[in-house]
Amino acid sequence: MPKIHIPTPLRQYAGKQPDIEVKASTIGEALSGLVAQHPDLRRHLYTDEGKLRAFVNVYLNDEDVRYLQKEATAVKDGDSISIVPSIAGGRS
Amino acid sequence: MATITEVTPEAATLSNDEILRYSRHLIMPEVGMEGQLKLKAARVLCIGAGGLGSPLALYLGAAGVGTLGIVDFDVVDYTNLQRQIIHSTADVGRKKLDSAAEKLKAINPFLNIRKFETRLSSDNALELFREFDIIADGTDNFPTRYLVNDACVLTGKPNVYGSIFRFEGQASVFATEEGPCYRCLYPEPPPPGLVPSCAEGGVLGILPGLVGVIQATEAIKLILDKGDALIGRLLLVDALGMKFRELKLRKNPDCPVCSEHPTITKLIDYNEFCGIRGEEKPVETAVPELQVEELKRRLDAGDDLFVLDVREPHEYQICNINGYLIPLGDLPKRVNELDSSREIVAHCRSGARSAKAVDFLRQAGFKKVHNLSGGILAWADRVDPKMPKY
Ligand SMILES: [Zn+2]
Repeated sequence: MPKIHIPTPLRQYAGKQPDIEVKASTIGEALSGLVAQHPDLRRHLYTDEGKLRAFVNVYLNDEDVRYLQKEATAVKDGDSISIVPSIAGGRS
Repeated sequence: MATITEVTPEAATLSNDEILRYSRHLIMPEVGMEGQLKLKAARVLCIGAGGLGSPLALYLGAAGVGTLGIVDFDVVDYTNLQRQIIHSTADVGRKKLDSAAEKLKAINPFLNIRKFETRLSSDNALELFREFDIIADGTDNFPTRYLVNDACVLTGKPNVYGSIFRFEGQASVFATEEGPCYRCLYPEPPPPGLVPSCAEGGVLGILPGLVGVIQATEAIKLILDKGDALIGRLLLVDALGMKFRELKLRKNPDCPVCSEHPTITKLIDYNEFCGIRGEEKPVETAVPELQVEELKRRLDAGDDLFVLDVREPHEYQICNINGYLIPLGDLPKRVNELDSSREIVAHCRSGARSAKAVDFLRQAGFKKVHNLSGGILAWADRVDPKMPKY
């Protein structure tokens, strides 16, 4: 099963787990499987209209899915999916 | 790699003292006399003398970057010392700029340090950036980050970027001619409140060290024009797993600022862009509030008050006022543990999270809930001065 890497700021909404395996054949299925398991994640990943939020980037291995087939991008066993949100921190 | 900085090493020379000081650079073919003169001629602007800015400025100064600019208007406090290693205990209360400049001068008296005691803004950024070759962004908030990015694109200066949260960091080099900018990666900031800030989330003290040194490394490589710069790549640092991962970044053909047809051609109002009006204030101001003195008086009088602490268990261990602990994130599924007929006073560290808790409880039908104004910090300040603050 593809594995989704959960970034630190979102782990609190995903049972504190760093990685979650989901059964999916596309990026879209993987993400909806993820929010089905962890409903608290939904509002952090999707807008009220059900669109993926602009400050959340999704990578399949090291490629941004925006430059692949977006949510229709195919995934297979052993793939690693990363959610990469913008983070703030450093100065103070 | 294309030359990105317009450094003119011809103008610089090294004294015998400097030659001795930089000898471990001079005997390396990748630096050598030519590279050391480039470093001396280079001008790097550090935005912030905090967690990332500390190691960044220290290493750039030690390496012999000739002109180091620092923009900061903050004062050193005790909570900075766990990670902002350019400042020492004796500096608490001093301007970060003065404290940092003193350490840098002590390490390398040949440095030209330029101090800018100001908040970087749309009014001063372009003018300031034009006087430097490289900008190193060590900011902790989204408005400044977008401001730095856009000003770098508009002035054509590379942005050596770093960002940290808890034990995870990001680094990249943005806004070079051939590479993407921060907006290519994130066209818009998250709405306020959806992503926790460093002050709420905490940060492992060594993490800004790791990420700031990566930024320093990239700045030096850009100046020397050596190696593979972190352009078009986002480095993710996970200090807990000690894993470094790399993601590909592309220049977004529709980027609002760095594409062929930009929609942003001058600096904008970044606070407005990020939807921020008073960032650290509670989101919901209509929440009924209770002052700490009033809570103390009523508890002492034996009033039937239920104190609800919505912080995390590890915060409760630092200090508490015997409240009943339900972390904010667990509140929806544990709301049945609360008795809506009793009067409830919710508190957190400073009052922001408990305001959300009160808002949630009121929507869930609780009528008698108050938010403890200023949280446990106000309690420590005004009721129990022996209580530790964090
Ligand atoms: Zn861009």
